[in-house]
Amino acid sequence: MSPTIAIPREHYLNVSYGVKSWLFTTDHKRIALLYLTTITLLFFVGGAAAVLMRLELMTPQGDLVQSETYNKLFTIHGVIMIFFFLIPSIPAVLGNFLIPIMIGARDLAFPRLNLASWYLFTLGSIFAIVVSVMGGVDTGWTFYTPYSSTYTNSYVVPTIVGIFVAGFSTILTGLNFIVTIHTMRAPGLTWFRLPLFVWAHYATSMIIILGTPVIAITLSLVALERLFGVGIFDPALGGDPILFQHLFWFYSHPAVYIMVLPAMGVVSELITAFSRKRIFGYSFMAFSLIAIAVIGFFVWGHHMFVSGQSVYASMIFSFLSMVVAIPSAVKVFNWTATLYKGSVSYQSPMLYALGFIGLFTIGGLTGLFLASLGIDIHVTDTYFVIAHFHYIMVGGSVMGYLGGIHYWFPKITGRMYPEGWAKFSALIIFAGFNLTFFPQFLLGYLGMPRRYHFYPEEFQVLNVMSSAGASILGLGYVVPLIYLIWAMRYAAPAGPNPWGATGLEWQTSSPPPTHNFEETPVVTQEVYAYGMPEEDLKDGR
Amino acid sequence: MRSSLPLFPEQASTFAERVDALYYYLLSVSGFFVLLIFALIFYFAVKYRRRSEGEQTPPILGSIPLEVAWIVIPFILVMIMFVWGASLYFTAFSPPANAMEIFVIGKQWMWKVQHPEGRREIDELHVPVGYPVKLTITSQDVIHSFYIPAFRIKMDAVPGRYTSIWFEASKTGTFHLFCAEYCGTAHAGMGGRVVVMKPSEYEQWLRTGAPEESLVAAGGRLFQQLGCSGCHSQNSIARAPLLDGVYGKPVPLQSGQVVLADESYIRDSILLPQKDVVAGYAPVMPSFQGRISEEELMQIIAYIRFLGEEGPEPRKTTR
Repeated sequence: MSPTIAIPREHYLNVSYGVKSWLFTTDHKRIALLYLTTITLLFFVGGAAAVLMRLELMTPQGDLVQSETYNKLFTIHGVIMIFFFLIPSIPAVLGNFLIPIMIGARDLAFPRLNLASWYLFTLGSIFAIVVSVMGGVDTGWTFYTPYSSTYTNSYVVPTIVGIFVAGFSTILTGLNFIVTIHTMRAPGLTWFRLPLFVWAHYATSMIIILGTPVIAITLSLVALERLFGVGIFDPALGGDPILFQHLFWFYSHPAVYIMVLPAMGVVSELITAFSRKRIFGYSFMAFSLIAIAVIGFFVWGHHMFVSGQSVYASMIFSFLSMVVAIPSAVKVFNWTATLYKGSVSYQSPMLYALGFIGLFTIGGLTGLFLASLGIDIHVTDTYFVIAHFHYIMVGGSVMGYLGGIHYWFPKITGRMYPEGWAKFSALIIFAGFNLTFFPQFLLGYLGMPRRYHFYPEEFQVLNVMSSAGASILGLGYVVPLIYLIWAMRYAAPAGPNPWGATGLEWQTSSPPPTHNFEETPVVTQEVYAYGMPEEDLKDGR
Repeated sequence: MRSSLPLFPEQASTFAERVDALYYYLLSVSGFFVLLIFALIFYFAVKYRRRSEGEQTPPILGSIPLEVAWIVIPFILVMIMFVWGASLYFTAFSPPANAMEIFVIGKQWMWKVQHPEGRREIDELHVPVGYPVKLTITSQDVIHSFYIPAFRIKMDAVPGRYTSIWFEASKTGTFHLFCAEYCGTAHAGMGGRVVVMKPSEYEQWLRTGAPEESLVAAGGRLFQQLGCSGCHSQNSIARAPLLDGVYGKPVPLQSGQVVLADESYIRDSILLPQKDVVAGYAPVMPSFQGRISEEELMQIIAYIRFLGEEGPEPRKTTR
């Protein structure tokens, strides 16, 4: 590291200027930033819906908004957060930016397809936003039939069109990643030298291309029944409403892994970088990602234990749901073991990573309660489920995402964010998150059903705690928005490798040039080559 | 009076105690692992904190024995969860033979309940303490879910099919009844209370209110009124299978399949008569779709079931 750190003279951000240079770019790094802008907007729209819900639930009576409005709020919160924020978040922003650099490539395999994906995504999200403005949809993000297909008179079909279109963006991104990882790795970069971030995106892409078409077909069938009265799901038309649940969860359960595997990839990078240590059990870490992706396709029926599904089918789904917990446990143990005899520093990305491990552990263990048939009868469709999946998706995926955004911020922008503010917001996000969602476990076991606009009085104290936590959590999300925008322009230059991390992305300048590397890197060793003598590291470059 | 900050739900059924026992097992396993992971992270993060920039870390690549340990031990622990949970689940769906049966119909946004003696109620369920009660549940519009937290039971009400679950209330009192599957605008208001009474009080309660015919009697009356008896009887000209004793028995179909004559089969036979034609009979029965309400269907089913219990030995239905 040179004593005077400066931004390089030419990099991907300043090669060209103007709106057109962004809207017609095929540079994966610029497309990543387009996604970043879009999903940040959508995150705050989805967040605003959550704020209104938590305000409503401060009192038991349901006195802030009408029931119709409340039902639309939780639907739009779910639809936006899942389809338009969590699913694209890490893959489309960090994956897009980093995968080519991490494997020493100049771009993704199909740069124009990558841009087309962003346009599809944006088009889909416009549908979602327009629907919310026009009057909303009140089916819940799960679109259960026959309510969605026959009974509701809200904007189901336009919402479905939005998800359908955005789904193609996801599929194309997954396809792009798979081809890129297979064909464009730098010389010497064998599969078992790949960063776990890349493995995680490979597993995620597999789920995406196998699962997403199913949700597209399923939602199309709902639209078909709704528009033309074709009897598929409504028993009054000769259909089967349980069929919808099977098809829906066949995608939507693996979708949980689409949301969390990339975060696991991020956390593996952060833990190794901030403990300056090789990952413990690399091959177990890689294969556990694949195991989760594969087994995750066969557990969907655990959403349907009280739907009237066969008792024996439920048993198989329960068994497999227990089994899928094992590779997740393996990951948690390996991350923890990586800290052993490391050189651990606590910069904010590491705080997010450690927060991820803690919250994901709680989220994963409470998943066992839901997988356990006898307990699920009681807690399914209650706040216990809400708490559980927010621990996975917010405590897991969003913590991973924010950790990743901070860790690679110097690479993306060339500048270092303000560390003090970042530590502050990481801590209040952790505290606010737990205050928001831990009481919901208690509410759920007490029996408070989800999607309730009003509720019996004895649930109020826990709901007020949850809402109080949500206000802290909300603040925790706004603070980084402000300082990161500030830091993009005004913060001090960071230099090519501010963390002293390994990995090809830290061997090019910050921000990188348009084609990522001045010359194609040649890889001679594993990615987490920490703890090797300095000379070896240099040779590896 | 309930406390303003309850942390644990009331236990008011025999099933609730068993669910809570499993819950405590999961809580202790989870608590142990959460504490273990948190303790290790804190310990490592403090003990191995970075003291100088140039610090070297040992090249530890992993440990097969450790990996095996943290695969095998959690696997054993989750298998206990699986087997224990599955046995409870089987219990919840295997009602004792002597269980009294109460019919439940969900609609936007109320629960309609019919007791076998004919007493009906809306958004309330009165049951005697200490007696097994089987609920047979359906919906006349969208999916709902019948949920009594104090009993730890929940079952979806699915249009077009019957589901069931059973419980035995273990203490008297009034408990929440919720709809747990989102069903539209007034979902949060779709519920009421479950009143568990002493058996003598329940008997008395059944007799209060307007006198109503029992389910079986109502079903028998409908069986005549709707003209079912015109064909499904000993001395009719039209040939239709006799229904005495058919309930709960296997029925051979024209297609060669054999189905069990349960509630859903009888329901389908009334609404979709062409779906499962009994072997040896012509598909001549008209559909009653749209001519019969969910309540009436349940009454006819109760009547056909009564024929099964009381009627003569089933006659051979094949030629």
